[in-house]
Amino acid sequence: MPTTASSAAHALTDVTASDGSLRRFLHGLPGVDTVGLEARAASLGTRSIKTTAKAYAIDLAISMVDLTTLEGADTPGKVRALGAKAVHPDPTDRATPTTAAVCVYPDMVATAKEAVAGSGVKVASVATAFPAGRAALDVKLADVRDAVAAGADEIDMVIDRGAFLAGKYLKVYEEIVAVKEASGAARLKVIFETGELSTYDNIRRASWLGMLAGADFIKTSTGKVAVNATPANTLLMLEAVRDFRAQTGVQVGVKPAGGIRTTKDAVKFLVLVNETAGTDWLDNHWFRFGASSLLNDLLMQRQKLATGRYSGPDYVTVD
Amino acid sequence: MSDKPKKAHKGEQGHGDGAAEHRRLSVLKTYKLYVGGKFPRSESGRVYEVTDSKGTWLANAPRASRKDARDAVVAARKAFGGWSGATAYNRGQVLYRVAEMLEGRRSQFVQEVADAEGLSRSKAAEQVDATIDRWVWYAGWTDKIAQVVGGGNPVAGPFFNLSTPEPTGVVAVLAPQESSFLGLVSVVAPVIATGNTAVVIASERSPLPALSLGEVLATSDLPGGVVNVLSGGTAEIAAPLAAHQDVNAIDLAGAGEELAKELEIAAADNLKRVLRPQPVDDWSATPGIDRMTAFLETKTVWHPTGALGASGSSY
Amino acid sequence: MASAMASAFEYAPAPESRSVVDIAPSYGLFIDGEFTEAADGKVFKTVSPSTEEVLSEVAQAGAEDVDRAVAAARRAFVKWSALPGSERAKYLFRIARIIQERSRELAVLETLDNGKPIKETRDTDLPLVAAHFFYYAGWADKLGHAGLGADPRPLGVAGQVIPWNFPLLMLAWKIAPALATGNTVVLKPAETTPLSALFFADICRQAGLPRGVVNILPGYGDTGAALVAHPDVDKVAFTGSTAVGKAIARQVAGTRKKVTLELGGKGANIVFDDAPIDQAVEGIVTGIFFNQGQVCCAGSRLLVQESVQEELLDSLKRRLSTLRLGDPLDKNTDIGAINSAEQLTRINALVEQGEAEGAERWSPACELPSSGYWFAPTLFTNVTQAHTVARDEIFGPVLSVLTFRTPDEAVAKANNTQYGLSAGIWTEKGSRILAVANKLRAGVVWSNTFNKFDPTSPFGGYKESGYGREGGRHGLEAYLDV
Repeated sequence: MPTTASSAAHALTDVTASDGSLRRFLHGLPGVDTVGLEARAASLGTRSIKTTAKAYAIDLAISMVDLTTLEGADTPGKVRALGAKAVHPDPTDRATPTTAAVCVYPDMVATAKEAVAGSGVKVASVATAFPAGRAALDVKLADVRDAVAAGADEIDMVIDRGAFLAGKYLKVYEEIVAVKEASGAARLKVIFETGELSTYDNIRRASWLGMLAGADFIKTSTGKVAVNATPANTLLMLEAVRDFRAQTGVQVGVKPAGGIRTTKDAVKFLVLVNETAGTDWLDNHWFRFGASSLLNDLLMQRQKLATGRYSGPDYVTVD
Repeated sequence: MSDKPKKAHKGEQGHGDGAAEHRRLSVLKTYKLYVGGKFPRSESGRVYEVTDSKGTWLANAPRASRKDARDAVVAARKAFGGWSGATAYNRGQVLYRVAEMLEGRRSQFVQEVADAEGLSRSKAAEQVDATIDRWVWYAGWTDKIAQVVGGGNPVAGPFFNLSTPEPTGVVAVLAPQESSFLGLVSVVAPVIATGNTAVVIASERSPLPALSLGEVLATSDLPGGVVNVLSGGTAEIAAPLAAHQDVNAIDLAGAGEELAKELEIAAADNLKRVLRPQPVDDWSATPGIDRMTAFLETKTVWHPTGALGASGSSY
Repeated sequence: MASAMASAFEYAPAPESRSVVDIAPSYGLFIDGEFTEAADGKVFKTVSPSTEEVLSEVAQAGAEDVDRAVAAARRAFVKWSALPGSERAKYLFRIARIIQERSRELAVLETLDNGKPIKETRDTDLPLVAAHFFYYAGWADKLGHAGLGADPRPLGVAGQVIPWNFPLLMLAWKIAPALATGNTVVLKPAETTPLSALFFADICRQAGLPRGVVNILPGYGDTGAALVAHPDVDKVAFTGSTAVGKAIARQVAGTRKKVTLELGGKGANIVFDDAPIDQAVEGIVTGIFFNQGQVCCAGSRLLVQESVQEELLDSLKRRLSTLRLGDPLDKNTDIGAINSAEQLTRINALVEQGEAEGAERWSPACELPSSGYWFAPTLFTNVTQAHTVARDEIFGPVLSVLTFRTPDEAVAKANNTQYGLSAGIWTEKGSRILAVANKLRAGVVWSNTFNKFDPTSPFGGYKESGYGREGGRHGLEAYLDV
């Protein structure tokens, strides 16, 4: 199957021809019933994943983590420690998979690259005036180019939620297209900040908008607002990538971010992936967790499965 | 119908005594069925003699057949959509209009009830007045019954639902045998007040007030077919109605014990709602709502509510 | 099914523990507060439909036992009906609490005896059972405020006959309102699922319920018929097939017995072109595959607007491929066993008829267990109103798909059935929901959802789906002399 986004726009060229046609397309997407969506997400949340399935899910989840630090107080030392953790999540067990990536601010990309060099762990950088996205397009693009120049493998951009909520869909679209271009070979994750879009209808529309504009990943949140990734909004985005591939042949990844802290949570998300988008997405090329504390819980659960006894926080590293 | 020797028509008494002054010969009314807003004779062409309580001939009433019953059901079914779909306010207005029309023909009904039930004029007048008032009472119920027997249900979960009464459909009504007018209206008005349509079998012995009521209904803005009045043998007409697959309910008020049981058994074929005969001492007593609720279905409609936005759920 | 997919994420077996329930090798009838053998000593076996394993041997009530039980209920009625409502309420609250305490045990028991997935007994049946007793407990001392008269009186002895599809929930629907209103009961559970009713008898014992107030008589149809016909029964409540419902209606003709009948259905689930499509697909699945479709209010007819038929069916088929059929005790099982060999035979016969009449049959790839009674989720397309599978209640996991062009046509087709129990409407247009709901001749209409139940909500049918309502304030009327 095609794995680049280049043909996406091709299949739906007319849609993005004007603000009007884009609006008509997005508003013509099937509506989302809140109660039904949340009930489905909750129902999948009752799946009981045990023993071998749990072991599989934990390793898969670890391999999908974008280990993240996005603090004003980030220092090279902190980022190096994070990189080390991404490469060897559990120093006591070298069979533990590496995480998918480390995720940092643009000015930390070079440091991060160094820390994970040779491991296969990717470096993702937030950009476009993360997290608010309130800057001129030039500034945002400069931010992106800066990260790419420093070696970022992946760019996590934020959309202009203000423009989206004001109905200026074409503006949002064109901005994503420009960022995609500026990203070059780096894979582009488009963050919607679903908590600010507020309605599921908006999240569905934003998902299609992002995919039409060439997103490689659609991502729920920055982790900086009150409501971040939820099973329901992630389920909805999984439906969107599933339907988008059915319609265009282009596969797009999904990244829930923020608020996923326990193994139990992560496994529920993997169940959502498995039973909504399907097995094609059960790979860190197509699904990620934007998280930080999640990794240690996954490691403790992994140790528990291996040894039969419960682990404790002193047996995983605090980085 | 009766073994008793028939007397001549009341209006003709004194006729033939050779008196020099010739009293004007009155014009007799041909009583007809009321079906689908029209006044047909029985398709069978049969009539039977109706007498007053003393056995004096009053009229020949149509003796409805099973085919008349069938036609009446067709008319009632055809009328159901419009009548049940009318606003409750509109139904109330129509029922009130029936009362107005009756008031204008009060003396006619007093005479007919007096003849039918062997009552003095003043007693008959009480019956007619109570009957008119009964229409007024039910006219006021049309837009209240849903509030009294329906309502919202506080379900646990992100839903709300509403239970609403709806008319059952076509109701066969066996009018009471003794109370030819007040009893009749007391069973017909609650059926149609809520939006059902009715096929009514008049009191077998005293069908004339019922047949005359048809004339009133026809001039009261009541759509044709909402009430259909048949006269004749109660058992003969009721049997096909009880078995009819397009009749939704049956009120057995005018059936004796044995007939009621037979009809209830027949009614089971399509699970008609059956209102069994109950002893009524005094039809003039204020009715409760039971005769309305007997022919109402409760429909409960669920709707999701949920949160305003996508921010409510968590895991 | 999931197992057939090339999935790397295979869910390992996650069985609920059977050890929480202790099933005795034999059970008696529960009459006058005691377990007793049948007068003629008859017994029958109850099996687990998923394995055909014999779970227990149960006494089979005959006419003489019906006499004994009705007499016990009659004796108990005198004191029970005279008890202050507030005291009756407390008994019911106790029962509700004990059900909550023992809900895991009862869920496992129900899954074993019925074959339905533990996910359903755990998350749907048992919570609703407890909620129903809680709801009616509160009514017991408030009957004068129910709009049914200042001091409505109970009827006497209620004879209740319940089906096998929701054994304990149907028991709750019958017993809770009966006791709250001051009646006493004799209840006959279905012959294939007698166990949860017998465990309920034990709950009555734990709650200290006076003897004779609740009597449980396992048995077959003849036991139910004897109970319904018993001259000292004042009230008959039946949930089951329309054919038996009609027989009951004939049987009680000319008597004083008050009757409520909750019978069959052929519910239409109507999907308009502006439906929230993913949720509609979930609603269709819930509508017909919940409890293996063995639900009287199942949405067994899908009426889809022709313009979105293809898209919807693609989604639906993809979704059906993810359903997990198998061990009902496994917490990940979506589709359990058919309740009995007899029911499986009936489903097979109707499905074969559907094929013979030219409807197109489809099921996802699905491996059925080698023992037990199983039927794969099944769709019929190219179905018209004339097909048997569009008219007869199949009571199994079989969905008939029909199309319509306009809302008028949808309503006409939805109503074109002798039944009138349930319907679903899927559209994002609020006014259309109200307009269509208004025209549907069905007792329960779900808009943008399906198969939702709540003790506060009256449930019951139009036309040949029966009469009377169970649940809510309306449900009181059936047990009061009003």
